[in-house]
Amino acid sequence: MKLKSMSAEDKRVWLTIAAIVLLGICFLPIGQWLFGIRYTYTVRVVALGGSILGVISGTLGCFAVLRRESLMGDALSHAALPGIAVAFLLAGRDLGLLLIGAGIASWIALRFIAALLATTRLKQDAAMGIVLASWFAGGIALLAYIQSIPDASQAGLDQFIFGQAAAIIESDVLLISGVGAAVLLALALFWKEFKLVTFDGEFAGANGFQVGLINTLLSTLIVIAIVLGLQLAGVILMVGMLIAPGIAARQWTQKLNHMVILAAVFGAFAGGVGAVISAIDADIPTGPMIIVVAFSLVLASMALAPGRGLLWSSWRRRLDSRRFARQNALRDLYRYALSHGSPGTPVPDAFIRGIGDRSAALGLAQLLSSGLVETRGDSWQLTRSGIEAARRDAHSLRLWDLYRLHADDLGLPLLAEDRHLDIRDVLPAAAVGQLEAMTGQRPN
Amino acid sequence: MNDRAPLALSVEDLTVAYHSKPAIWDIDLAVPEGVLMAIVGPNGAGKSTLIKAVLNLIPRAAGTVSFYGSPYEQARSLVGYVPQRGSVDWDFPTSVLDVVTMGLYGKLGWLRRPGRRERDLALFALEQVGLLDLVDRQISQLSGGQQQRTFLARALVQDAQIYFMDEPFAAVDAITERAIVNILHQLKERGKTVLVVHHDLQTVEDYFDWLTLLNVEIVASGPTAEVFTPENLKKTYGGTVSYLHDGQVLMAGD
Repeated sequence: MKLKSMSAEDKRVWLTIAAIVLLGICFLPIGQWLFGIRYTYTVRVVALGGSILGVISGTLGCFAVLRRESLMGDALSHAALPGIAVAFLLAGRDLGLLLIGAGIASWIALRFIAALLATTRLKQDAAMGIVLASWFAGGIALLAYIQSIPDASQAGLDQFIFGQAAAIIESDVLLISGVGAAVLLALALFWKEFKLVTFDGEFAGANGFQVGLINTLLSTLIVIAIVLGLQLAGVILMVGMLIAPGIAARQWTQKLNHMVILAAVFGAFAGGVGAVISAIDADIPTGPMIIVVAFSLVLASMALAPGRGLLWSSWRRRLDSRRFARQNALRDLYRYALSHGSPGTPVPDAFIRGIGDRSAALGLAQLLSSGLVETRGDSWQLTRSGIEAARRDAHSLRLWDLYRLHADDLGLPLLAEDRHLDIRDVLPAAAVGQLEAMTGQRPN
Repeated sequence: MNDRAPLALSVEDLTVAYHSKPAIWDIDLAVPEGVLMAIVGPNGAGKSTLIKAVLNLIPRAAGTVSFYGSPYEQARSLVGYVPQRGSVDWDFPTSVLDVVTMGLYGKLGWLRRPGRRERDLALFALEQVGLLDLVDRQISQLSGGQQQRTFLARALVQDAQIYFMDEPFAAVDAITERAIVNILHQLKERGKTVLVVHHDLQTVEDYFDWLTLLNVEIVASGPTAEVFTPENLKKTYGGTVSYLHDGQVLMAGD
């Protein structure tokens, strides 16, 4: 049964992936029809670049989310700006060099935050705040300076603030794909280590793993993912592109590998669709558009995803309260009837409703419709099958009591004491038999 | 006890300080092989700090530690660790089986992935702690006791010589407590050494044959029968503990 339910979750994950891919493909004609998007060469390049970036940032973003370092991603992307400006001043407008500059600035910021945490009593949020604000301020000042230089080919450096897809050309996509492939390869190679350190760094350390080194490597990969996306999403909103796919993916699955794959698909969708929409008009900045798409996915996932989604959990709460209301009503009827004679004794309505008003009504209605109880004027009476069900329930509780008392002596299998379940459904028949044998030894 | 028995753990002059104040101070400890040792002391006595410092997880201000005569770097494969349950995020997207398999990552080394052999070892450990019916369960759905047993299984697959357990009995159900005690005895039978940070004075004599009383400094360390005395407990806890005739211990104000 467990296996079946797990594979149901797996199926859901793959179904979701298929749905998103389909949606992405369908968007092409819909976009053409609705928004009049013409799939020129430029738009195709932009869409491809956006999707590839979405895959990379979505994948690495999962780890940022799980390490509770979402805001670290924000600090690091803001911190890239001075690097871009300095690289421009030194080497001119070459995307590769600009991104290397961005990466160096982010990486220094990363180490600086770590150093602040290690040497001062600052907490992480304060350390990140300091670095985010100061690095970004430095970057803005440098950009202003660059714009004051006459003749400089500075056109478009400020695109890095909000991101502009139209600026992406084919060679940029090649660069992004190459570096991105290397990043994903590194992630695959060190998957086990990244997972372990993210889940339980202390245990990893006690196990001989070089936790510091692994953490630095993972953070560096996250920095690279951030830097690659800057041109498209911009330093201010890059954090959204980093974490939104991971947050959305987390709603759908309980497995890290599925979460990462799903985040990659979500990222590709958001990056591609967002970039295409922003290509409709040069005035639509790409970063915000991608983020709007990405967070639509987050909202949809939070609402709809089974297990964690809002709809799902409110539905499950309803089912639970129905189930427990029924169980409690049955127990109350049975106990009252027993203490007033026999199980068939009618139970006054006032008594049963006095116990748990709404919940009692809910329970009684269910018992009535499944024929476990009948009305007798102002009273409730258990039917034959109702008495049987109540006896089964009481018997299960008694076996649970015996289990707690004697499981040790009898060497019974260790179980979580889920006393709301029938013990005969969770304990092997032989063990139940041993407990049954004990019930005979004690009166009622 | 027997001086010729090999020392599983030897600690000398170990000191850990936070902002110039010692959390543990000048710890000398000699733990013979094959004992079940409880580390007991009041809150803030440095029990967890002692374990973490021994395992090199936090920086030491002073002192040396050796496992079977070797420094930690050479003895890592001999050491198993059960951290405090609250030290990780139990909402992490992974299954019980997966967490237990993590105990084998250290032996696998870089780049190699766990396979069928690792899976079988993990399943065997899960059977020992009574979680075989929960192997595919997502860890966020576990009770506190089940979480603790998952951590215990992860340490068992490490197949270490000396185990360190940080408060395994804290806030667990009766079944889990029983499972842990069973495991402790099995480990002892197999000649393993186990150090357990413990907080329940009532069960010290039943569960452990070796005892270290700690309050920043070591108050006493040795066989439980010799160390677990009213005077020593008073030295450890101050005047707040009273010792009853039938061997029961009560905290004042309980």
